[in-house]
Amino acid sequence: MSNYPEAQPGLDDIEVGGITRSSFILRGALTAGAVYGSTMVAPFVSSALAQTASTDADILNFALTLEYLEAAFYTKALELGLTGTAKQYAKAFGAQEAAHVAAIQGTVKQVGGTPVAKPVFAFPIHDQKSFLALASTLENTGVGAYNGAAPMISSPAVLAAAGSIVQIEARHAAAINLLIGTSPTPNLGFDRALTKAQVLAAAGPLIKSS
Amino acid sequence: MPNPGSEESTQQPTGVVERLVRDDTDRKRFLKAVGVGGAASFGAFVLAACGSSSSSSSSATTAASATATAAASTATSSGSPAGDVAILNYALTLEYLETQFYNKVIAAKLFTGAAGSLVKSFGEQEQTHVEAIKAVLTQLGATPVAEPTGKFPVTTPAAVANLAYTVENLGAAAYLGQAAAIQSKSVLAAALSIHSVEARHAATFATLVSKPITPNGAFAAPADMATVLATVKPFLA
Repeated sequence: MSNYPEAQPGLDDIEVGGITRSSFILRGALTAGAVYGSTMVAPFVSSALAQTASTDADILNFALTLEYLEAAFYTKALELGLTGTAKQYAKAFGAQEAAHVAAIQGTVKQVGGTPVAKPVFAFPIHDQKSFLALASTLENTGVGAYNGAAPMISSPAVLAAAGSIVQIEARHAAAINLLIGTSPTPNLGFDRALTKAQVLAAAGPLIKSS
Repeated sequence: MPNPGSEESTQQPTGVVERLVRDDTDRKRFLKAVGVGGAASFGAFVLAACGSSSSSSSSATTAASATATAAASTATSSGSPAGDVAILNYALTLEYLETQFYNKVIAAKLFTGAAGSLVKSFGEQEQTHVEAIKAVLTQLGATPVAEPTGKFPVTTPAAVANLAYTVENLGAAAYLGQAAAIQSKSVLAAALSIHSVEARHAATFATLVSKPITPNGAFAAPADMATVLATVKPFLA
């Protein structure tokens, strides 16, 4: 539940993550174009609905695995001698991912399931830059994972819980993207829903054993 | 969203979300009231929580149509659309206001450089939310609500960025507050895809104004319709 200090300059001299004007012009063009319409919006519905049927416990355990991964990732990152905002984010976000782990473990039990065990992870990070790059990937993947799985959840209570978590993942993702100079809204106006296979393609290589 | 000034808060009931955004004591009180004390009472929390969000753009007609078609196709088979229509029109109202807010900020040329690009981009995204939600409503055979007329204090960059932070946090909380009530899986998927974008906007402004990126901690708080509308009321002309 931590708030954390933001080391940010005043508005007048703000340079948001070094995002260039040209990149936003490009994004604006994409927003206006047919490419955006056909590729960016329809998939968030279609891929969400393409998920195979799962119980809430299954979905929660999938989310739990991702949260284990994120929590372990930030713990590992803090061993790298991070500094500044990156260090603040690793501490604050890591604590929140750990809170997600605990909450989801409890929720799995409440719906009659058994929480999956924490896998062993290996993260290819060795400095601040590699940490931030992978953090961006994992947080943005997390958003897509929850958005993809949530429509398949049966229990309104579990759905609401997932929503309260995905919003946090989205905030993490945006903050990290800004820090590394990429768009805080990489999917523009509509975040994409990822299938389980798509999530595993991003996260799977980091799982050494379960 | 009400002006975060103390004067505002004494003149009218301050919205829960507004208070959550800036007052940790209120946040804890709220969480306690809804049964959230931490991870241990997560179950109670999830029962209290729910949400949704919205927004859209005129240049994204194709996108909106695709959204509408996909969303409407299952709406009739997976649930009663009546409640969904009400939620969508509520979201549309909020997205209209957000779009107007950004348009006014952009017109005032308060932000330049990267911040200016972000504001422009976010404004376009809200417009795409408007268009998508309107299209979904039309596909459902419903009539989109009329666009309200908003009024927003656009003064200094700092004040506007703080207001934007409040607005986006409210939008995210509003969507979260409706998610569990949405019947159609497609409409839900659409709402979720917008919800997390509002959260990204909120986080971006948090970094601009040095406010908490996650004002509610590890679990975002929802806001119900009455709370959101009461909070929005001062911004209706």
